[in-house]
Amino acid sequence: MGYELKMRVWRGDQSGGDLGDYTVEVSEGEVVLDAIHRLQATQAGDLAVRWNCKAGKCGSCSAEVNGRPRLMCMTRLSDYDPAETITVTPMRSFPVIRDLVTDVSFNYEKAKQVPSFAPPPRDADGKRRMAQIDVERGQEFRKCIECFLCQNTCHVVRDHDENKPAFAGPRFFLRYAELDMHPLDTHDRRELAQGAAGIGMCNITKCCTEVCPEGIKITDNAIIPMKERVVDKKYDPLVWLGNKIGIRNKDYDGRD
Amino acid sequence: MSPDAAGGIERHGYDVIVIGAGGSGLRAAIAAHESGAKVAVVCKSLLGKAHTVMAEGGCAAAMGNLYPDDNWQVHFRDTMRGGKMLNNWRMAQLHAQEAPERVMELEDWGALFDRTDDGLISQRDFGGHRYARLAHIGDRTGLEIIRTLQQRLVALGIDVFMECTVTDLFKSGDQISGAFAYWRETGRFVVFEAPSVVLATGGIGKSFKVTSNSWEYTGDGHALALRAGATLINMEFVQFHPTGMVWPPSVKGLLVTESVRGDGGILRNSEGKRFMFDYIPDFFKKETADTEEEADRWYEDKKNNRRPPELLPRDEVARAINSEIKAGRGSPHGGIFLDIASRRSPEFIKRRLPSMYHQFKELADVDITAEPMEIGPTCHYVMGGVEVDPETEVSVVAGLYAVGECSGGMHGSNRLGGNSLSDLIVFGKRAGDAAAAHAGGLGSSRPGVSDEEVAAAQRSALAPFEVQGGENPYTIQQDLQQTMNDLVGIIRVAAELESALGEIQKLKERAAHMTVEGHRQYNPGWHLSIDLRNMLLVSECIAKAALARQESRGGHTRDDFPGPDPEWGGKNLVLRLDSTGTGVDLSEQPLPVMPDELKKFFEEE
Repeated sequence: MGYELKMRVWRGDQSGGDLGDYTVEVSEGEVVLDAIHRLQATQAGDLAVRWNCKAGKCGSCSAEVNGRPRLMCMTRLSDYDPAETITVTPMRSFPVIRDLVTDVSFNYEKAKQVPSFAPPPRDADGKRRMAQIDVERGQEFRKCIECFLCQNTCHVVRDHDENKPAFAGPRFFLRYAELDMHPLDTHDRRELAQGAAGIGMCNITKCCTEVCPEGIKITDNAIIPMKERVVDKKYDPLVWLGNKIGIRNKDYDGRD
Repeated sequence: MSPDAAGGIERHGYDVIVIGAGGSGLRAAIAAHESGAKVAVVCKSLLGKAHTVMAEGGCAAAMGNLYPDDNWQVHFRDTMRGGKMLNNWRMAQLHAQEAPERVMELEDWGALFDRTDDGLISQRDFGGHRYARLAHIGDRTGLEIIRTLQQRLVALGIDVFMECTVTDLFKSGDQISGAFAYWRETGRFVVFEAPSVVLATGGIGKSFKVTSNSWEYTGDGHALALRAGATLINMEFVQFHPTGMVWPPSVKGLLVTESVRGDGGILRNSEGKRFMFDYIPDFFKKETADTEEEADRWYEDKKNNRRPPELLPRDEVARAINSEIKAGRGSPHGGIFLDIASRRSPEFIKRRLPSMYHQFKELADVDITAEPMEIGPTCHYVMGGVEVDPETEVSVVAGLYAVGECSGGMHGSNRLGGNSLSDLIVFGKRAGDAAAAHAGGLGSSRPGVSDEEVAAAQRSALAPFEVQGGENPYTIQQDLQQTMNDLVGIIRVAAELESALGEIQKLKERAAHMTVEGHRQYNPGWHLSIDLRNMLLVSECIAKAALARQESRGGHTRDDFPGPDPEWGGKNLVLRLDSTGTGVDLSEQPLPVMPDELKKFFEEE
C-alpha cells in the first residue's frame, strides 16, 4: 500500500528560490502534510512549513498543491494518481519568508481596522437573549479558521499588490457581514465596508467560496448581502430621494 | 545569521509578558491590560492558531439556563469527584463560582453561542457533569472562544509577538525579571524585561506517540518554570481521551469530541455489545444507569433516570476501551466502535456535530451519519503543572504565574470534559489581574536583566549548531514518543516505569550531542532541538511521579497497584529541578484541607 511519491517542493526565501525534486515514501490514508513532514524528518531537516493541528481546524498549513490553494493537512494523497508528481508551493499572494512559509501579516493588519463588536447593555437579569435562527447567520461566518486561502485566491489582490491598501479581502468581508448581521451589534458597518474595506472592488467571481476549506458561502451569504445593504443605503433611488426631501430617513432595515 | 549580526539583540520592556496565546494566555493579557499594565503576548505560532481551537465540546459553567437546579455547588462537587478528590479544593470552588460570568463576558465581546428556546446560552451534556452545563457552538466551541478573545485583544491594541519562542526566563535574586526568546522567522534573539511573566503554554502531549496534541505541546511552560525554581505537582496524571481516531494511520490520535456521546453516541465492541455497563466503578454506581433502557431514557428525562455509562469521566471510559481492545474485542483497525448513526437522524448529527462529520468524511472516508466510527484512547491533556496559589496563580517564584493546562491542581487526578475552556477564562483573568498588580506594586524598584544572563541564554539556544556530525533531533523525538507511549501510557507498571526513566536518561545524553543543519532562519530542525530539551525534562517528571505513586487514581493507572489508596489520596507529588540542573527531585506534600462547609457536599456518600 505504501509507495514512493514524487514531489516538487518550492525551496527558497525573499531573494528567490526554485522547485526541489524529492522522492518520499508514503502510505495509505496519508495527506500532503504527512509527506512534507517525512521529507523534513528524513531528507530536509530545515524545510520550513507552518502547521499546528493537522486536523483542518487551525488553518495554518495553507499552500498551493498542484496550483490549487489547499490546506495540506486536508489534502489526501489518494486524490492523486500514485504516478503523479505533486507540486507544493507557498501561497502566492503573500511575500515568502522561507520555503512554504509566507508573511501573512497583511491579514493581521486588516483585522486591526475592523471596529469591534458593540453590544447594548445586558438584560435586567444579567443575561442576553438572541434567537438561534438569528445567531446561525453569524455562526456560519465564524466557522472561519483564518487559513487565508480566500485572501490568497482573490484576484483583486492576487497579482495586484497595489490594491492591498484599499481592499480588506473576503475574510474581512465575512467579518463585516458577521457583525452587521449580529442581532446585538449597534454599529452601522455598511459605510465601513464600502469605504475602508473596499467591498465594491469585489466582482463576485466566487473564487474565495470555492477554496474555503470550511465550505462557507462567502460570496452568496456574506459579500452579496453586504453589497446589497451598502447599496440599499447609498444608491437606492427611493432612499436617496426620501433623504433628500426629508421624508425618509430610514432604510429597509429600519436603520438611520 | 550570527547572533552578533546587524541589529544584534532586540530589547523590549513590559509590565507583564504572557507566554502563549491560547485561551488562558489571551484572557490573562486582556485582564492585565484592563488593570492598566503594559502587556505583550509572546507565542510560538500565529495568533489564533493555539491549541484552544481544537477544543470541541464546550465550556462548563453552571449558568442554570436549562436546569435551574444547577449551581456552583453542584459543579464544584462534580469537578472534585471527577478528579477523585485530589483537586485543589479552592481552585475547584473559584472555577465553579466564576465560570458563568466569564462565559457571559465572552458574549459581551461577540461570541455567538448556541441558544435555548428562550434565547439564552444553550448547555450540553458531558461526561461527569450532573446537568447539561457546557456552553457550546456546535462542536467548535474552542475556535469561537479563541477568536472572540483574539478579536478583543486586537481591539484593545495589545502587542503580540507571533512566531516567537521563549527559551529561558531571567531572574534577579528570587524574582522574575524577564524572558529570552527568538523570532522563528529570522532566528534573531529578543530580550523581554518584565517583572511579571504569565506562563500559558499548554501541555506536554507531543512527548507521546498517539496524541491529539500539536507540535507546540512540548511542555515549554512546565520546563521554564522548573528551571526558574518553581515546582510542579500532579505530573503523574495524564489524561488519555477515550475517543481518538485510530485510522487512517496519518490521523491516529486525532480527537473525536465527547459531544458524540453527550448527544447520544454509544460504544460497542466487535461482538456488538454495549460494553460500558460492565465497567461501572462502585464510586459512580449510584448515579449511573445499569440498563440500556434507563440510559436511553436519560437523554429526555434526567430527573427520573441515571446517566449512561458512556458518560462516566474520561479516565473510566478510556480504561474500559483499553481493556476491550486488549481482550481481543476491538474493531478491524485496533479500536472500538462509537456509534451515533443508528441512534440519531443524519440531520441531527450534521447540525450538532458538523466538524466531526467533516473530519471523518474528509480524512477517513467514513460517513458518521451512516456507519459507526472506530476510535481508541489518545493522549490528550496533562492534569499536572506548575504549583500555584489558587487566588492569584502565582508560583513559588515571585512574579511567575501559570494558567491553563500548564498549571496544576485545579483538575486533581482527572479533568472533566468542558472544564478546560472554563479553567482558561477563570484563571486567565485572575492571573492577569494579579500579574498587573505585582508589576504595579514594584514601583521603580524593578528587577533587572544582567548581560551575563543574556549571554548564557544565547549560548544555550545556539548550542545545537555547535555540534558536528551528531544525531538529528527528529529521531530523538520519535524515540521519546515511542518510549512514553509504550512505557508510561494508559496502564503502568513499576518495571516499565523504571525502564522508561533509564531510556529518558539515554535520550538526554543523545540530545546533548544532536546536530541541526542549515541556518537560523525559520529552521524547524533547530526549533525542535530547543523544544526537545523541554520534552525530555517534563517526560522525566511524568515517569518519576508515576513510579512513586503506588496506587491507581484518575489519569494514573498502575497494574501493580490496581485500586485507590486513601493514604495516597491525601498527598501531592511535588517536582523541582535537581542540583545538576538537568534532572528533577521528587517529594511528597499533604493536600490542602477542605473546610467543613464544603466537605458537606460529599458527606452523603
